[in-house]
Amino acid sequence: MSELWNYLRANQSDIARWTWTTVWLAGGALVAGLIIALPLGWLANRYRWTYPPLVTLAGLIYTIPSIVLFVTMPGVLGTKVLDPINVGVALTAYTVALMVRVVADGLSSVSGDTLAAAAAMGYTGRQRLFAVQLPISIPVIGAGLRVAAVSNVSLVSVASLVGVEQLGALFVRGSEQGALVPIVLGVIIVMVLAFAFDAVILIGVRLLTPWQRAVRAR
Amino acid sequence: MSALALLADGSTRPPLSQVVVWLNDPQNWTGPNGLLFYLRQHVVYTVVAVVIALVIALPVGLIVGHTGRGAFLVGGLANGLRAVPSLGLVVLLVVWLSPKIHLLQTVPGVVDHHGALPYLIPVEIVLVLLAIPPILTNTYAGVQNVDPAARDAAKGMGMTGAQVIRKVELPCALPLIMSGLRSSVLQVIATATIAAFAPFLGGLGQFIVNGVQTINDPHTGYPAMVGAGLVVAALALVAEVSLIIVQRYVVSRGVSGRYRKTKAGVHAPDGSVVGMELAGV
Repeated sequence: MSELWNYLRANQSDIARWTWTTVWLAGGALVAGLIIALPLGWLANRYRWTYPPLVTLAGLIYTIPSIVLFVTMPGVLGTKVLDPINVGVALTAYTVALMVRVVADGLSSVSGDTLAAAAAMGYTGRQRLFAVQLPISIPVIGAGLRVAAVSNVSLVSVASLVGVEQLGALFVRGSEQGALVPIVLGVIIVMVLAFAFDAVILIGVRLLTPWQRAVRAR
Repeated sequence: MSALALLADGSTRPPLSQVVVWLNDPQNWTGPNGLLFYLRQHVVYTVVAVVIALVIALPVGLIVGHTGRGAFLVGGLANGLRAVPSLGLVVLLVVWLSPKIHLLQTVPGVVDHHGALPYLIPVEIVLVLLAIPPILTNTYAGVQNVDPAARDAAKGMGMTGAQVIRKVELPCALPLIMSGLRSSVLQVIATATIAAFAPFLGGLGQFIVNGVQTINDPHTGYPAMVGAGLVVAALALVAEVSLIIVQRYVVSRGVSGRYRKTKAGVHAPDGSVVGMELAGV
């Protein structure tokens, strides 16, 4: 335990930098992916004929191994091979692939009675989407986001194989030196980060859905 | 080659056309260190991991689903395992566990290289850990979703618990189990690329590990990395499609509802409409 602590202290500037890179790569991809997936998911729900092709395409993106996407991105985007942006864009693609289906399913899970009530109260289509449908599907979307966040964080470390420096660098270092301490430390930090992301989303969902507890308290 | 030479400094776009050239060179496929050699290793590692995971996760999932005991554990385990960085775990086990394994023999068809076994075991452990959660959770969910009426009928007919699992719950849960198996296989194929991080193992990830070192080389650098990557993606796609075909044959038509379509919709041979809620997916 003290060895881990000593290693952390001795390399704190490197580790802080790598942690920060991991956080913004995983978090940025999560936010960007959600922003892209929301209109696509709405589309798949509003015009049902777009649902099968969109979900199939998303499934196909998921069959591409992360390392392959990381490696292919420079050729597609025109970036340099070691640019962290490649990793961010690849993770965004995975997040979109996962979230399109979740958003569409979340929106369609809102009951017809609720929608009819909103329409009867004089909500226009757009008001109904933003004030009724979207808030009600927050728990479903949140559950999908938690899966995406946790897998994003652990996928970032794979980028070490293509030479992008982030927390996975601790694994590379440990492997090169045959040292356990940096590897264990890396696994711990990555898992703590994953659970931190998970907790933030969980708290966010709670804050955004106060009615769930209001109903329970009655 | 000037474009490739500039690649590392970031001012030039790595040409994807080089990848096509690389993949079209038969030498890169059939040579001593060609794609086919590493592809075979990749497939073998994947099959070993998925079979072990299936042997562990399928019975556990069936029993937990049947008895309802330990459901909380199944969910928690699946979530916890997802947070573990697989690359970190491979490196950890290779550094810590491999020196403790003194099995130097080769295993025909699986380990050809003398001394590779101590490295294969840690990699397989990680791949198995990765493959278990989707199979386990889907098996559990599949059994849970079985129509209680079907289960009661089976019991009423005098079936024992084991018979109910084998003859009713397993066939009814099969669509979900197969979809869990498919996501396991996809994940293992994708993650088996990190086997190359350990010595002697190879797999298609070898091209990526080598490529990073010699990124500007037209034979082993960027084109080889992307080329091998595309082969991994193609392998994943082939596995997915094959398993979908297998699923069509192993899932009972009474469960999947794939009967000849009539004008009125989907009908069972006796004329009753097939219960789609049993299909699960």
